[in-house]
Amino acid sequence: MSDLTIKDVDVAGAIPRRGRVMEFVRRHPTVVLGGGLLGVLIFVSLAAPLLTQYDPLRLNVIERLQPPSERHLFGTDAYGRDIFSRTLYGGRVSIVVGLGVATLSILIGCVIGLVSGFFRRLDAVIMRFMDGLMAIPGVLLAIAMMALLRPSLFVVVIALTVTEVPRVVRLVRALTLTIREQPYVEAAISGGTRAPRLLVFHILPNMVPPLIVQATYICALAVLGEATLSFLGVGVPPEIPSWGNIIAESRLLVQRAIWTIAFPGLFLGLMVLAINMLGDGLRDLFDPRLSRKS
Amino acid sequence: MWAYLVRRILATIPVLLVVAVVVFLLVNLAPGDPAALLVGDDARTEDIERVRQRLGLDQPLPVRFVHWVGDLAQGNLGNSVLNSRPVLDLILQRLEPTASLAILSIIIAIVIAIPLGILAAWNAGKAIDRGVMVFAVLSFSFPVFLVGYLLMYVFSLYWRILPVQGYTPLAQGLGPWLANLILPSVALGLVFSALLARMTRSTMIEVLNEDYIRTARAKGLATRPILFRHALKNAAVPIVTTIGVAFAALIGGVVVTESVFAIPGVGRLTIEAVLQRDYPVVQGVVLFAAFACVMVNLVIDLSYTFFDPRIRY
Repeated sequence: MSDLTIKDVDVAGAIPRRGRVMEFVRRHPTVVLGGGLLGVLIFVSLAAPLLTQYDPLRLNVIERLQPPSERHLFGTDAYGRDIFSRTLYGGRVSIVVGLGVATLSILIGCVIGLVSGFFRRLDAVIMRFMDGLMAIPGVLLAIAMMALLRPSLFVVVIALTVTEVPRVVRLVRALTLTIREQPYVEAAISGGTRAPRLLVFHILPNMVPPLIVQATYICALAVLGEATLSFLGVGVPPEIPSWGNIIAESRLLVQRAIWTIAFPGLFLGLMVLAINMLGDGLRDLFDPRLSRKS
Repeated sequence: MWAYLVRRILATIPVLLVVAVVVFLLVNLAPGDPAALLVGDDARTEDIERVRQRLGLDQPLPVRFVHWVGDLAQGNLGNSVLNSRPVLDLILQRLEPTASLAILSIIIAIVIAIPLGILAAWNAGKAIDRGVMVFAVLSFSFPVFLVGYLLMYVFSLYWRILPVQGYTPLAQGLGPWLANLILPSVALGLVFSALLARMTRSTMIEVLNEDYIRTARAKGLATRPILFRHALKNAAVPIVTTIGVAFAALIGGVVVTESVFAIPGVGRLTIEAVLQRDYPVVQGVVLFAAFACVMVNLVIDLSYTFFDPRIRY
């Protein structure tokens, strides 16, 4: 399989640069499409102050519950707040939660997984603990944590991270068990490399591609998770506009003002879709053998 | 077989114990004094102390854990802080809507996903296959509450052919029960059909490449018996495993769906308890749900031998 990758690179090297880009787009359309869509969504969230003159928090009772119009692209909510502006700013919360949870759970999962896969004595204990943690439905565990701690953006990230870590640990442990049997690891051990150095410089670099794919899936789940918690009223504090919060505030307006739910919901779905597409595409890109199967 | 059964049942005990430890630590290490919270803001110190003794909170943590697990083993999940009723009773009282929703969602997911997965596998690489995969990615990306509101808007508010919200007990007739449950179950089932369709497709593609499928075709067997009797049965183990793995996520989805459609089930109970800081109820629901997950996966493990007689215990 690795031969194939090297050959692919050589072929690509022979094609002029413009052709190379086109070749990549043709071969990995999901990476380009997902990445592009995600890029656009991130851009409009970060550039929100340039794209709308409305303050996402400013109340304007005179203009309450207006349907989408030229003045208010996505309409207004029950307090006259501009939904377009709130939706753009709401994306920022999702970006922070998605990146935060993905980074934290991969970091923590790597440390625990490497230790579990390499030091066999700790393995049984760690994995039983992870099994128990995985037996608790993630949403319920996160809800319970949110109930016990003071709700904030940071606590949402922590709560969602705790539910994702066991899966990362399982993946990293399985990869460690495979990689440690490779000849170059044996060579490093016989050369006198100590465990920490071995884990970080010899084993960890070889699991980067699957970890990146896993990180994208965690990111997608975290964005959905934050929206779910906020929708249930136990997520990000209600004064922060997040997609889940905007929809939660409009739950009684389904009939009167469907736009207050539809637009933030559409952005939420598109962002998760973009991340999932990027993840699927990257998986195929890193491991062409897998793409044919699933 | 019986030895295996006993061993497999015993193997759930350490998992359940870890679940108990996690939930216990979560509740007991959280900042804030439950006794002070219970008594109220302007309570005297001796009142708080009295409540603390009554709840056994003056004991060391390990002692409390042993007492608590002892109670759990006897089916005692503690009492609600708000109305002092046993948590288990509160859960069982709300179980019917939740169980109905969960079971109906799984059935809908299976009915949608398995045919779609087979169709995609049979036409692997063609337009039908792509279409099914696009459907799978889409329904996996949109949150269940959004799908729920969309269905509610179209069927209940625009066309007005189904009730908007609420729940009718099964005892009042199959029709009203189904009318209230169909939209929430479809919303929740769609999300799971995505997961299941992907798994069905990839497993079926693998199985369809096996020699015995070629043999079945060579001897002139029609497509339908090949797909269902030869291929699907051999693909069943991973598909059924996926159902088990997805069950935990399904419970999370049930909580959200109950919220959207105002169904008075365990999910609503949980959210109400969270908002009123009724910790014993929150704790009880989490334990109950984890127990249900472990049991479902136990049953699924044991079902393997039915689908694949080569698996003998």
